[in-house]
Amino acid sequence: MIKNSLLLSLTLITAGLMIWGCGKGKTSLTLAGSTAFQPFAETLADQYMSSHPDIAITVQGGGSAVGIQSANSGAAQIGMADLVVLPEEAKALTATIVAKDGIAVVVNPQNKVVNLSTDQVRDIFNGKITNWEEVGGNNVPITVVSREAGSGTRSSFEQIVGNINLKRDALIQDSNGTIRETVANDANSIGYLSHGLINEKIKALKVDNQECTTESIIAGNYKIVRPIYLLVKGSLQGEIKNFIDYILSDEGQKTIKADGLLPAK
Amino acid sequence: MKLIGEKGVKRILMLTAFSAISALLLIALFILSEGLPFIFNYGLTEFLFSSDWQPHLGKFGIYPMIVASLWVTLGAMIVGAPLGVAGALFLSEYVPKSVMNLIKPTIELLAAIPSVVYGFIGVMVLAPIIRENFGGPGLSLLSASIILGIMILPTVISISIDSILAVPQSYREGSYALGATTWQTIHMVIIKASKSGIIASIILGMGRAIGETMAVIMVAGNSVNIPHSPLDSVRTLTANIALEMSYATGLHRQALFATGVILFVVIIILNSIASVAIRKRMVKR
Amino acid sequence: MRIHPRYTQRGAVAVLGGATVLTLMILIFIIVFILEKGLPVINLKFLTSNPEDMGRAGGIFPTLIGTILLPVLAIIIATPLGIFTSVYLSEYTKENKATRIIRFGTDCLAGIPSIIFGLFGYIFFVITLGLGWSILSGGLTLAVMILPTIIRTSEEAIRAVPKSYREVSFSLGATSWQTVKKVILPNALPGIVTGIMLSVGRSIGETAAVIFTAGSSLRIPESLFDSTRTMAVHFYILAREGISAENAYGTAATLIIAVLMVNLSAYWLMNRFIAKRS
Repeated sequence: MIKNSLLLSLTLITAGLMIWGCGKGKTSLTLAGSTAFQPFAETLADQYMSSHPDIAITVQGGGSAVGIQSANSGAAQIGMADLVVLPEEAKALTATIVAKDGIAVVVNPQNKVVNLSTDQVRDIFNGKITNWEEVGGNNVPITVVSREAGSGTRSSFEQIVGNINLKRDALIQDSNGTIRETVANDANSIGYLSHGLINEKIKALKVDNQECTTESIIAGNYKIVRPIYLLVKGSLQGEIKNFIDYILSDEGQKTIKADGLLPAK
Repeated sequence: MKLIGEKGVKRILMLTAFSAISALLLIALFILSEGLPFIFNYGLTEFLFSSDWQPHLGKFGIYPMIVASLWVTLGAMIVGAPLGVAGALFLSEYVPKSVMNLIKPTIELLAAIPSVVYGFIGVMVLAPIIRENFGGPGLSLLSASIILGIMILPTVISISIDSILAVPQSYREGSYALGATTWQTIHMVIIKASKSGIIASIILGMGRAIGETMAVIMVAGNSVNIPHSPLDSVRTLTANIALEMSYATGLHRQALFATGVILFVVIIILNSIASVAIRKRMVKR
Repeated sequence: MRIHPRYTQRGAVAVLGGATVLTLMILIFIIVFILEKGLPVINLKFLTSNPEDMGRAGGIFPTLIGTILLPVLAIIIATPLGIFTSVYLSEYTKENKATRIIRFGTDCLAGIPSIIFGLFGYIFFVITLGLGWSILSGGLTLAVMILPTIIRTSEEAIRAVPKSYREVSFSLGATSWQTVKKVILPNALPGIVTGIMLSVGRSIGETAAVIFTAGSSLRIPESLFDSTRTMAVHFYILAREGISAENAYGTAATLIIAVLMVNLSAYWLMNRFIAKRS
């Protein structure tokens, strides 16, 4: 008796799932890639969807390399990449700059240090400077936190600071947000992340006596800056074009500015 | 209901069985077909023993990750095996059966807690303690070992208890009749009799430890580094796959599949040892 | 130096008992830690409303849907396949080299780290088959992951049915299938169901394989091709990126309670069947 009703309900569930699942629903758009741009993409997607209910936009993370790869493979319609220079694999894609972003060098708020020179930053990440004392802090070893190899933030950071051969025992985390959390929890750590993701849990250092602020970046004083690209396979058309146009519009750029990124122009 | 008939049923079952087994086979073959050619072309020794993991330069040495996985598993065993076996012995021999019947399922339920929760507690509770009291970044080999050791406790305890309870009561009665205390009975009779089962439980725990990904990514630090002390940050084979798989292409991707093949082989070896141990237990009785 | 057995006995009680207490304390601490911070967050609104601001505020309703859909899909695919396969292997074939190899193979596959299935699922379902980050990719990957376990536990349960049952059935003139349907399956059901429930529990807590195949979309999925986020993934993201500690704990608490409920029902079902049979 029980078995029969169980079997019946299971069949009904399966049938229901198939009927529901096989309809493709609204047009759907998937973005994937840069974890620096991801929160902004999500907010922009929410805003866009509230005025365009017929389209469903999904945002995945994974890092800039995932953005390039998924745009190429079709797993995503739009790839997000925050790189100074787009690599070989991205050459075939249509690239649109939608924002600019500074990379802040961050430490724990308890850290005395306020400013580092670019050379010092380079030496710390290369492992030449290993104690905070050497740069004006307390006598504690420096814990370096970095991103995985496929991160646009990491590639840009290493490219702009230059000559970085990351020390072997640097901690590796897999997104901007996790670096922020790690630095927030460890008083002796140093990391880097998108300027748009700074909050009160961490402290952004001055680099070469330049603060990482919107004004300083626009003025060209803060040097660690990179553009954020949206990559599309083929030409921009249809829903993809509409969404990208929205991001480039006044409303979209306003949202970008409001949360700490710089506008595209 | 002779709708299909006996022969028909047999055919359906055979078809399903073949499909299921072929599906599993295909997956194994897929992984092998991506990983093995890489190993042969790149060179097994170079792959296993080089410390140079720089995919963008075409260097795929996974030695630091192998060392890390081995140490993390060993550490988990050091933490989990004594605690687990001791707990299993206590629960089976010293504690009344009713209490044990309450505690054992509770411990087994704890095996069901998702690994991300363990990892989170490792990050929020364990890593700061290690950082403040022992130095280092806190996210380290030590934290990973401790968290994994805790994670395998339910497995070790549960299977060890099963094994200990399987020791014939006559063994115990004989020992008590000779005037032995419970502890003497345990270390002279019971442990010897349930040894294979206990070893099997530890090996299965090791299998789980080596395969763990999320908790390790959260607490081990993920540096591609051969650890010189338990306080160093390390990256296991599983963490390596997880961190890089979403963007790896070409040779890099194949290298990750090859890492999967290595893990495959290790699990097969562990499983074989465990099944030999279990078979020995069966034979003995 | 011989210590009097009385003292080694006391020593043993202290050491072994201490170890047991330590183990229990650790495991209880973990549950209490999460529930203490997470239970206050859980209320009907939390469970039924959508997340706002990418999870900083609001509820976790879409993740509940994802957490239900993915394991359900996996079970629907893997259970019939698994049970039929184990029935066929144990009842319709003779014990020979082939069956031994298959058994060994499924044993090994059952022990493969889930990240490898995630890697396979990502490359095969998401990219090669073009399913993208979707419930389909995630469900198929999970199905493949739990299939070996279901085959294995079902087979053990079936083999545990005493030979005499089969012999009696055959002697009464029943066919193989009738024997399976009326004698073997009902008796093996507790073991089979336990295996299924444990696999469900495992799928609910699975993160690595799911993140790379089902993605992490916070919208309520509308088709099998939509990406979805499970509670385990949601907790991972909230906790790791420091988006909302409060919601992270709430999600974790919900997750733990869900998993515990699934496992408890497994035990309850099993005990009920055993009671009915004996």
